[in-house]
Amino acid sequence: MKPFLPFESRLVPMPNNNIDTDQIIPARFLKTTSKEGLDKQLFADWRQDPDFILNTPRGQNAQILLAGDNFGCGSSREHAPWALTQFGFRAVISTSFADIFKGNALKNSLLPIVVSHEIHTKLFALPEDAKVKVDLASQTLTLPDGERVEFPVDQFMKTCLLEGVDELGWILKQEPAIAAFEKTRVGSINTTI
Amino acid sequence: MSGNLTLSQKVWNAHIVHEEQGAPSLIYIDLHLVHEVTSPQAFQGLRDRGLKVRRPDLTIATTDHSIPTTDRSLPIIDPIAANQVAQLEKNCRDLGITHYGVHSSHQGIVHVIGPELGLTQPGMTVVCGDSHTATHGAVGALAFGIGTSEVENVLATQCLLQRPSKTFRVQVNGALKTGVTAKDIILALIAQIGIGGGTGCVLEYAGPAIRALDMEGRMTVCNMSIEAGARAGMIAPDDTTFQYLHGRHFAPKGADWDAAVTRWRKLPTDDGAKFDREVIINGDALEPMITWGTNPGMGVSINKPIPEPASVSDPLERESLTKALAYMGLEAGKPLAGHAVNVVFIGSCTNSRISDLRSAAEILKGRKVNPNVRVMVVPGSMEVKRQAEAEGLPEIFRAAGCDWREPGCSMCIAMNGDQLQPGQYSVSTSNRNFEGRQGKGGRTFLASPLTAAASAITGVVTDVRSLL
Repeated sequence: MKPFLPFESRLVPMPNNNIDTDQIIPARFLKTTSKEGLDKQLFADWRQDPDFILNTPRGQNAQILLAGDNFGCGSSREHAPWALTQFGFRAVISTSFADIFKGNALKNSLLPIVVSHEIHTKLFALPEDAKVKVDLASQTLTLPDGERVEFPVDQFMKTCLLEGVDELGWILKQEPAIAAFEKTRVGSINTTI
Repeated sequence: MSGNLTLSQKVWNAHIVHEEQGAPSLIYIDLHLVHEVTSPQAFQGLRDRGLKVRRPDLTIATTDHSIPTTDRSLPIIDPIAANQVAQLEKNCRDLGITHYGVHSSHQGIVHVIGPELGLTQPGMTVVCGDSHTATHGAVGALAFGIGTSEVENVLATQCLLQRPSKTFRVQVNGALKTGVTAKDIILALIAQIGIGGGTGCVLEYAGPAIRALDMEGRMTVCNMSIEAGARAGMIAPDDTTFQYLHGRHFAPKGADWDAAVTRWRKLPTDDGAKFDREVIINGDALEPMITWGTNPGMGVSINKPIPEPASVSDPLERESLTKALAYMGLEAGKPLAGHAVNVVFIGSCTNSRISDLRSAAEILKGRKVNPNVRVMVVPGSMEVKRQAEAEGLPEIFRAAGCDWREPGCSMCIAMNGDQLQPGQYSVSTSNRNFEGRQGKGGRTFLASPLTAAASAITGVVTDVRSLL
């Protein structure tokens, strides 16, 4: 993973609540055994509509998706953040995210940014070419009028993103604690019998 | 001793491996269930890092999502699906993981075989790269879905970094009326709290109507916890749980069983425990439920009208309802009962267990499916299939005009060729009615096996009580 650096981008608005992972990438594309090549399948069914935003100039070369409430609900498929990042998105702004999607996004350098309803409404009302700055280190969005909006991030995941490292390296360092815990476990099963 | 911990907190506390300032808790995983769709990239990640599977003995795999539900002696025609299935077989063989593959007598939907084999037990932590892992909470396990990166973490270390969830009790009082099932409880809950209503929470289902459910009904309830946005759903273990588990393949035996039951009896939530949130549902008042829209929260009692978008104040929410009605081709203000149906799907990790098939068979016995309806009955596992055959259920289904198939996820997720055609309506016992979930352009009404069977006979969405 690369370190997550500050950036500035136009917004791609999708004013739908509860955008589920079956819309983000339909299940028929999950037969792949690779993480690659999923950008073409992002919102595949909605892209059949020529007026869908990803088929318009506004949907191109922008790095922030602005979505309705409860983005990423549904299945645990990590293919959803893989498809979003491969298309070019680096952040999704919403009022709330589904838990599994949020965790998956953070593990793939896709920043889920939670804002208040008031800021959410304001962002949807911005002109098409307006740009918003995202700075993870200071946990702020900067709007075109200069307004700075703070957003919450898990501090551990923030460090991982800023340093461009994943969790597994950290967990592997806890090997002595894991080995000690295993000695105390009761009621274990053995699936190999 | 009277403490103040909830069931989920007790399980959580017993699995903390390591905690330090500024990091999530490191939690030990007792059972890791693996399937073909969300694992290949995780196995590749292990190989790329030169890591092994830490505890193959705590890992078990099955093949369920991508496989056809037709004759198992034939090869898989779809080359991409065949490759995915072959990769899981190879990964498990290379890494010493038990795999109940396409030709195994234990094959089935991962959330059906876990409890069925006694793999999932009270007090365990259980994960799987699948959001419906919440199902296993029915036995009193803390069970939740994870992404592929976390699958890799668990394969490598048997641990996950997690923040504790909030606690949320769903108290279901009273007793269910005839024709009202576990599925109706969970659809009513999701309609009430919304599909994001449980976000950040572990739900604990309690109360007399939950206690009265058999284990399979409890699994149906816990299964759809994720459709309310919850990480997990749990039910405290009791004698119903112990009777269900006793004698199952991986359940403890002899003195180990007695010791386990003694441990498990300490798991239920303490009297002094406080929940972050609580809702109470009146079980006496529940009616058969059905969804009309494009997420599981868009549900109503079967004879109630579909809500009017105009009645919603939030503009985005109003727009969502309008879009859902347009996709579904439905009018607000009218009940769904009486609406024509093209397909009925009885199956999925929500409702494909033997009790689900028995209840559908009870309605279908001696009756004929409406000639305009295609009915697929897909047992959840080879074990469910064998039991159904022993009870003569396939004969009932076939005589009625249903298609009796091989076990798998099938038309719940429509990855394997079992799918709706654009514009078709299905009554489905599965868990998701998202746009295109059961096939591009398909339209899904989620309901219980009773409602599905009744609608199969009449050809329209039907209140099963009219046939009882």
